[in-house]
Amino acid sequence: MKKNITLKINGQEYTHEAEPRTLLVHFIREIEGLRGTHIGCDTSSCGACTVLIDGKSGKSCTILAVQAVGKEITTVEGLATAEGPHPIQEGFKENHGLHCGFCTPGMMLRSVELLSKNPNPTEEEIRWGISGNLCRCTGYNNIVKSIIYAGAKLRGEETPSTEPKFVE
Amino acid sequence: MIPSVFTYKKAGSVSEALQLKAENEDSKFLAGGHSLIPTMKLRLSSPSVLIDISKIDTLRSITEEGNQIVIGSLVTHAEIVNSDVIKTKVAIMSEGASMIGDVQVRNCGTIGGSIAHADPAADWPAILKTVEATVVIEGESGKREVNVEDFFQGVFTTDLTEDEIITAIKVPVPASGTKGTYQKFMQPASRFAIVGCAAMLTISNGVCQKARVTIGGAASTSFRDLGVEKALEGKELNAQNIENASKIAGNGVQMTSSHFATNSYRQHLTKVYTQRALESLI
Repeated sequence: MKKNITLKINGQEYTHEAEPRTLLVHFIREIEGLRGTHIGCDTSSCGACTVLIDGKSGKSCTILAVQAVGKEITTVEGLATAEGPHPIQEGFKENHGLHCGFCTPGMMLRSVELLSKNPNPTEEEIRWGISGNLCRCTGYNNIVKSIIYAGAKLRGEETPSTEPKFVE
Repeated sequence: MIPSVFTYKKAGSVSEALQLKAENEDSKFLAGGHSLIPTMKLRLSSPSVLIDISKIDTLRSITEEGNQIVIGSLVTHAEIVNSDVIKTKVAIMSEGASMIGDVQVRNCGTIGGSIAHADPAADWPAILKTVEATVVIEGESGKREVNVEDFFQGVFTTDLTEDEIITAIKVPVPASGTKGTYQKFMQPASRFAIVGCAAMLTISNGVCQKARVTIGGAASTSFRDLGVEKALEGKELNAQNIENASKIAGNGVQMTSSHFATNSYRQHLTKVYTQRALESLI
């Protein structure tokens, strides 16, 4: 039986009729049309559907929309502000942190939580931190560089060089 | 994949949850949903009523009561990873919790939900057996406590009856001189244990006073390896004694065969991971 579900996504309230079995990712994508959140494996392995729920990253393919009632949801559409892209978005842009872009929204939202809890992570902490997000094209190196870049930017430090390193 | 149709109800307290359970025959409790929702998406479970217990705040705390740590059933794996009390008193639990799934899964999944589901490849059963935890259960007829040894009965099977709810997990604080570790060979995508070893040793002057070694993932249910424990207790903890004890790990146990690992490979991994876990403790 359908009932009204109200969710707060990127600071805005969305109310729509939906069945309780509606998954959060379907509510966000199909009902509200916020297509930046992707569906990859649909089995909570790949992380493409990652969103922030009260600031914590979660896989929206394994959460019911009704479970997110009363919580603040952030999707990739909520990262940029009027001033410009979020530092994590700038990091991915400057470091070529994406190829096809399918994993990118989930990668960025996971990174936002990672950097909020650990503002200056080591490369190993970053790699473990994004281990629930799978990328099938870039091989992760540029993603890690993007997160290091965003970390520096968020700390107000000079951002590392984005020049590619060539192996002799 | 979408679960089949169900009615959604919310419980604000344990008594309300139990009342809703009694009123709705074909119902299930929903905590973090990270075991139940995947099962429902695969239509392996199709309850007609879901009772959301995630808003029962009394089940969310980690407290120290005397010589025990009491973990509410709605505490998430991530909260256990980051809990100062657990990190200082029973570090094996925060170490083990840090290896469950990935950050997103740990942010949502709860310890109570995981043990109620009783997946043989999950990490908690092995860890909780090694720390000799007790499960606190409430039902219409009152409260009871069950040793984890008796709680887990088989594949996806526990001692819990239809009208009961897990409210907490009690963990005795280990004696001083006790060290523990959890190590596992994981399925690379899901991070479920193909074989996991939870080992805890109480050491005095280099001699093992007490050993608790549990193997998870390998068989239809996790099991304490009493042979390994006996081979260690009273012995000096050196490389040779650990190797001798590890050699017999899993002997005589019917191991699982799946497309990830054959039973003979699991038998081999059981010995390897027992040895690695024990060696890291000396």
